[in-house]
Amino acid sequence: MASTARDLSAQPEVIRLTEVNKWYGQFHVLTDINLSVKLGEKIVICGPSGSGKSTLIRCINRLEEHQQGEIKVEDVVLTNDVKNIEAIRREVGMVFQSFNLFPHLTILENLTLAPIWVKKMPKKDAEEIAMGLLKRVRIPEQAMKYPGQLSGGQQQRVAIARALCMRPKIMLFDEPTSALDPEMVKEVLDVMVELAGEGMTMLCVTHEMGFAQAVADRVIFMDRGEIVEQNEPKAFFTNPQNERTKLFLGQILRH
Amino acid sequence: MADITNGSATVTRVYRPPPSQATGAIGWMRRNLFNSVLNSIITILLVLVIGMIVWNFLDWAVFKSVTSAKSGQECGKISPDGACWAFVVDKYRLIFFGTYPYEEQWRPLFACISVIAMLVLSCDRRFWNAWLAAIWGIGSIVTFLLMFGQIFVPLSVLLIVALVAGGVGLLLRRRAASAIEVVAYWVLATVGAVGLAVLLWDWVMGLIGAPDLMVRLSAFVPGFTIAPLSYVETSKWGGLPVTLILASYGLAFAFPLGILAALGRRSKLPLIKGLCVGYIELIRGVPLISLLIMASVMLPLFLPTGMTIDKFLRALVAVTLFAGAYIAEIIRGGLQSIPKGQYEAADAMGLSYMQKTAFIILPQALQVVIPPLVNTFIGFFKDTSLVLIIGIFDLLNAGEQAIVDRVWSGYANEIHVFLAIIYFCMCYSMSRYSKYLEREMNKSVRR
Repeated sequence: MASTARDLSAQPEVIRLTEVNKWYGQFHVLTDINLSVKLGEKIVICGPSGSGKSTLIRCINRLEEHQQGEIKVEDVVLTNDVKNIEAIRREVGMVFQSFNLFPHLTILENLTLAPIWVKKMPKKDAEEIAMGLLKRVRIPEQAMKYPGQLSGGQQQRVAIARALCMRPKIMLFDEPTSALDPEMVKEVLDVMVELAGEGMTMLCVTHEMGFAQAVADRVIFMDRGEIVEQNEPKAFFTNPQNERTKLFLGQILRH
Repeated sequence: MADITNGSATVTRVYRPPPSQATGAIGWMRRNLFNSVLNSIITILLVLVIGMIVWNFLDWAVFKSVTSAKSGQECGKISPDGACWAFVVDKYRLIFFGTYPYEEQWRPLFACISVIAMLVLSCDRRFWNAWLAAIWGIGSIVTFLLMFGQIFVPLSVLLIVALVAGGVGLLLRRRAASAIEVVAYWVLATVGAVGLAVLLWDWVMGLIGAPDLMVRLSAFVPGFTIAPLSYVETSKWGGLPVTLILASYGLAFAFPLGILAALGRRSKLPLIKGLCVGYIELIRGVPLISLLIMASVMLPLFLPTGMTIDKFLRALVAVTLFAGAYIAEIIRGGLQSIPKGQYEAADAMGLSYMQKTAFIILPQALQVVIPPLVNTFIGFFKDTSLVLIIGIFDLLNAGEQAIVDRVWSGYANEIHVFLAIIYFCMCYSMSRYSKYLEREMNKSVRR
């Protein structure tokens, strides 16, 4: 399912980053980041390790704080105001490299916790939605088990379902397949491809270039805290412009 | 063994049993006790030593013991080398109940049973919800009504209870409860809030010396007294109920205090953090004895004249503050063991700080620290004996009082062994419970 370059210009903008800068102490992790994401757009962010790609998407739901510039999600500007942060986190789901499921809660409880307590949803409705999502990620039979009893691939699919339970408009994926054994990567990517097909807005940090080619509307290459190059996947992979991009692609696509 | 070939559709795999070892009692002994000449010698020597100790103890405590006698001298005549349990038989009421009025000693007996029942019920995980509050509420009323005999309930306490009950009900059950229940909560909360406001108004008016309608109102309803029994003041309490009440209430208050201090110590707000660090370090840097003396001698100096706080209550506060600081540090250790990803996942889902702490962080942190926590609990159960320093006689000190009796001079060991057995039963059951709790909690979570 190779994606054809879709025309997203008519879509409303859901995320806007303007001149965003961030430092860890003296270390400049993000330099003058400008990025605009349209509703329904799928963006894959790649780059060498330490290039700031994880930091970038973690700034969008304020797991990391930026020090300069403006981040706007759904017309809400991210400031230190807790109300704004909580409003944005309700709209933005996140999937982590290390799953981060809650080990002391069952799979079902992992899924229903936020809808019940953040969205004040009645428990029965939350469980219904959760079971529906577990079916979608193809593990409804594991609902009563604990995270420690599941394989890595299953855990990551639960994590995706958990994020979806809040009915987010935007999904952030932070290297969702990097901690998985090779034979489990596909089952997670399948779920992500399906999600993309349903029109979810997605920002995905990943090294799965096949996924990028199949799903992404845009591929962003980051290096040393900067967005070096961005393009639609076909042009990005066949005709990279920047030397650093060429070097990076040469290294990861060689084998 | 097996013919596993890559790519074949069906794979036959034969599982073999592990190599057989000598099983049964003899096999076990041969492996663990007599597996070399040296080990065999050590085993035999140790068995002899242990056997001798046990035999001598039994000889003293059982075979040559005296259970009925009028005095220590009589004991010595009947059996000079045996234990004189007649001493314990004679003094057990003093040991268990101290100087509590003799004819009323059924009351501390039932108070002890009430506290123990409360503790045993609290151990059951099925009650770890609203039931726990009910158990402790009813248990406390029963215990203190028995011990005091009469309880004066001022109007303000009733109003606070109404406000808290209504408020908590609204907070927790607003969505689940029926309309009537919700209205009831609103009424309770409103009555409590309005009543407290009136009392406060009353108090302020009294301070500035303005006679007011409300002054007469509060004088009209000062509260009420539940008085089914004769009043026994705390200075007459002693023995087991004192130990049980100081330890269980001290720890019951210290536990939430410790959680708050541990969370506060990790707070980003400098003032809260400073306050918690100050509290923990100050208390940990001071021996319990000096804290008890401070509570008993120095605290009254700081209080406004005419205001006194019961000595027993002061001891309880000192024990609570002291245990709270230690519990805080243990819980902080548990908090630090929770991976950062757990916080981030909770944050990313939009959970508030309270929700994150209550549902994600604390349950995991507390589970990790069960063993050191129980260790501290056991330690404090025994440390309550230090209240002797301010003139309160708990179980151990009531026992020491019994020893002073000239009639039984020379038989202190019997009392000490008796006390040791009681303390051991309590502490060992705590230890077993902690083992059980760890196993129970690990059942669900396998990382």
